[in-house]
Amino acid sequence: MISRAYQHPLNGSRMPPGETLLDVSGITLRFGGITALDDVSFRVTQGHVHAVIGPNGAGKSSLLNCLSGLYRPQQGSATLHTRAEGSSTTTSDLVRMKPHRIAALGVARSFQNIELFRHLTVLDNLMLGRHVHMRHRLLASLAWYGPARRQEIEHRELVEEVIDLLQIQAVRHTPVGALAYGFQKRVELGRALCLQPALLLLDEPMAGMNAEEKEDMARYILDVHELAGVTVMLIEHDMNVVMDISNRVSVLDFGALIADGSPAEVSSDPEVVKAYLGEELSE
Amino acid sequence: MPATATGVFHRSYTSELRLRHTRAEKTRLVLVALLVLAMPFLVSPYWLTIVNQIGIAIVGAIGLNILVGYTGQISLGQGGFLAVGAYTSAILHMRADLPVPVSIALAVLTTAVIGAFFGIPALRLKGLYLAIATLASQEIILFTVRTWDAVTGGTDAISLPRLEMAGFVFTDDFHWYWIIAGFAVLAVITGRNLFRTGLGRSFMAVRDQDIAASAMGIDVTKTKVLAFAISSAYAGLAGALTAHYTGIVTWERFTLDVSVLYLAIIIVGGLGSIAGSVYGAIFMITLPALITRFGQDIQSAWSEAAAKVPAVQVIVFGLVIVLFLIFEPRGLNRIWQRMKDYIRFSPFRY
Repeated sequence: MISRAYQHPLNGSRMPPGETLLDVSGITLRFGGITALDDVSFRVTQGHVHAVIGPNGAGKSSLLNCLSGLYRPQQGSATLHTRAEGSSTTTSDLVRMKPHRIAALGVARSFQNIELFRHLTVLDNLMLGRHVHMRHRLLASLAWYGPARRQEIEHRELVEEVIDLLQIQAVRHTPVGALAYGFQKRVELGRALCLQPALLLLDEPMAGMNAEEKEDMARYILDVHELAGVTVMLIEHDMNVVMDISNRVSVLDFGALIADGSPAEVSSDPEVVKAYLGEELSE
Repeated sequence: MPATATGVFHRSYTSELRLRHTRAEKTRLVLVALLVLAMPFLVSPYWLTIVNQIGIAIVGAIGLNILVGYTGQISLGQGGFLAVGAYTSAILHMRADLPVPVSIALAVLTTAVIGAFFGIPALRLKGLYLAIATLASQEIILFTVRTWDAVTGGTDAISLPRLEMAGFVFTDDFHWYWIIAGFAVLAVITGRNLFRTGLGRSFMAVRDQDIAASAMGIDVTKTKVLAFAISSAYAGLAGALTAHYTGIVTWERFTLDVSVLYLAIIIVGGLGSIAGSVYGAIFMITLPALITRFGQDIQSAWSEAAAKVPAVQVIVFGLVIVLFLIFEPRGLNRIWQRMKDYIRFSPFRY
């Protein structure tokens, strides 16, 4: 049961918890002669924190880029299950869609190297997270008339709740380029949240942070997951974080899925240990 | 308001979204409005011509700034788009006998469509490569104008009669001032409004980070083409105004020099700022006029130097751009903000 003082739900998915939200099936991505992803299949369940781990160059970010439409895999599909109010489930294959159409379905993401709109304020960045929920009419915008003005105020309310959730009130009006790294990472999470995501993709949300900042970020991700009920799929290198906060873990190595299960299962899987630690030479 | 209230604070989003909050800002707006109203009574006829040119340049510069400063798509095609506006309005007025307001409106729409068409390379090209592609659009448009004799009259100039509306003839600069000032004010207001809304924000998102913009649900293709269309619409308006104001349309007015001048205006004024477009237009149109004036003043005393004035103009033009790029890349708008801050924080430094 979600209970909090916020007025706006941040979870954009109406799928019941426990059902399949995203079905990744046989995704193969090649760059010339290099196979970045080789027949990767797994499922993301509504209401889970689903971690994707693997050594450097394993294809984790490529996988996320396939899901958000930035890369086009040669084979396979990624089926997103969505449900409108009171109706049955519709499925859409993300692999065939353009990035902005995928975002409109509620797949939001953050990037490994912060990709914020540097010259805009925190507020403008978060308002851009509302882009797909706003209507943009040229003449009304030029005249700052009626609907164009009203929607700026309506959507501001949800944005302010996200600002409150992530505790970035003090930097609301600061251009993000002038912010410290930790704040920028938080703003990027906020921008994705403002989209009211059905599925939140986070590419290394804790990269380059110290222990304390990592704890904070982990707390925010748990808040988003537990309080707001958003399904999160994240890439992370810090094993402690992954084992602590995720419900399910998929492991990639050289583009292939080598393990998929609960954190306990994965951490004792011999294939995973081999990928991370190597194996002993047998004489 | 409580007695202890200090500084600027807001009790509603509506009040925060206003463009002006403090008394000083509102006072300045009133002063500017009074200046605009009093301008034609204060200056000599010669300077009123310059003021009218500035007004037209403001419209064109805001258009270019929307594209270059706000959307990050470098364009060297502004001269071409001005030409489309000027020729369309002139031809529709002369050949199709349409009233001037209608011909100007149609010129704006036509330029928007043609601008959107020439914006298509922007979907694949960025930065310098796009600059070269828009340079091509400039040359293609002017080539078409020069060679399509049947429609544009080729290299011959089209001359237009004095503007006449509802029995009133706009004979001199004083009459035209009100038309041009009206359009310049309209351009400033619409430009300012556009970037308070989600639509304008999506332009800036494409400028700052186009991949993230598409991942946040912005259709980058549509946004870029729309930015070209809006920008060209302003250019078309500026072109059409030039045509009817000067009463003569010739391709020589819309060469690459003009494109470069407009780029210089927005760089000197401040990229990504509507106010900067205005400051830049005032500065870059007034400067050559001042130099010319100076040349006339010293004509009798030192005629050799006076003969060199055109060369000096070119040198100063280049020098100003270089100095701005080195010392204040964010332009006059930034300098003005720093001056305001200096006074606001005085006697403290920050």
